[in-house]
Amino acid sequence: MMPDLGKYAAEVLSAYAVSLTLIFGIIWLSLARARRVKAELAEVEARRQKDA
Amino acid sequence: MASFWEYANPLKFMRTTERIFPFVTWAAVVCFLGGLIWGFFFTPDDYRQGSTVKIFYIHVPSAMMAINIWVMMLVTSLVWIVRRHHVSALAARAAAPVGAVMTLVALFTGAIWGQPMWGTWWAWDPRLTSFLILFLFYLGYMALWAAIDDDDTAADLTSVLCLVGSVFALLSRYAVNFWNQGLHQAASLSLDKEENVADVFWYPALVCIAGFVLLFVALVIIRTNTEIRARRMRALLARERQA
Repeated sequence: MMPDLGKYAAEVLSAYAVSLTLIFGIIWLSLARARRVKAELAEVEARRQKDA
Repeated sequence: MASFWEYANPLKFMRTTERIFPFVTWAAVVCFLGGLIWGFFFTPDDYRQGSTVKIFYIHVPSAMMAINIWVMMLVTSLVWIVRRHHVSALAARAAAPVGAVMTLVALFTGAIWGQPMWGTWWAWDPRLTSFLILFLFYLGYMALWAAIDDDDTAADLTSVLCLVGSVFALLSRYAVNFWNQGLHQAASLSLDKEENVADVFWYPALVCIAGFVLLFVALVIIRTNTEIRARRMRALLARERQA
């Protein structure tokens, strides 16, 4: 299944590895922050409603 | 028909984007993974570049996105300056880290490809240099947002920075046309069939580009909605402190 990358295998594989790590990293960070901020806002709004 | 400016209302923007988000995400997953798998596993080597041609499927879409994300930030910054819609300023803020990552991916993949093909990781070539400066502008833009507490002041100053940085975004696109003495070749993709790469590379590259664009749209939806919520939270906490 793995294509024969010949003498450039290290370059091609490292380019894909670095790129996918960076791209999946920003996806993970975006999702994690979205979840955290959503939960924090819900908490602040619930506290506000309780106080009112 | 609803006015486009209705989407400047944060609630309307969030409701609309949350409805389209699943479709955009699935399309992004299919195109991004499909394009990369097609390019990596099912395309031949180039007769001159060998297997390094497979780097093209990441390098070209990421470089295109690096420039176009800055253009998107320019448009939303101008909307903020002219119409003072918070959603547009927050969309620019949300897009910046994605643009920085795309610029970094383009720089890394270009360097990794350049070593075997040009015999060097880096050259102070006009396109490479303007891309590096564009990356520094992304970092500066994000740092400026983070450094200023007042959201409106931060939006004003970052919008001005975005206008200045647009010079380098455009330069990084047209540097090979302005200064023809660099190492970097002219655009690999063209609508002119004579100048374009062979179809066997062109079709998977198109799917990859679509994947990168859709991935960006999905990320900007998540990140803009997060910025809208974070802004509301800051406002509520400020009211709590005043009470």
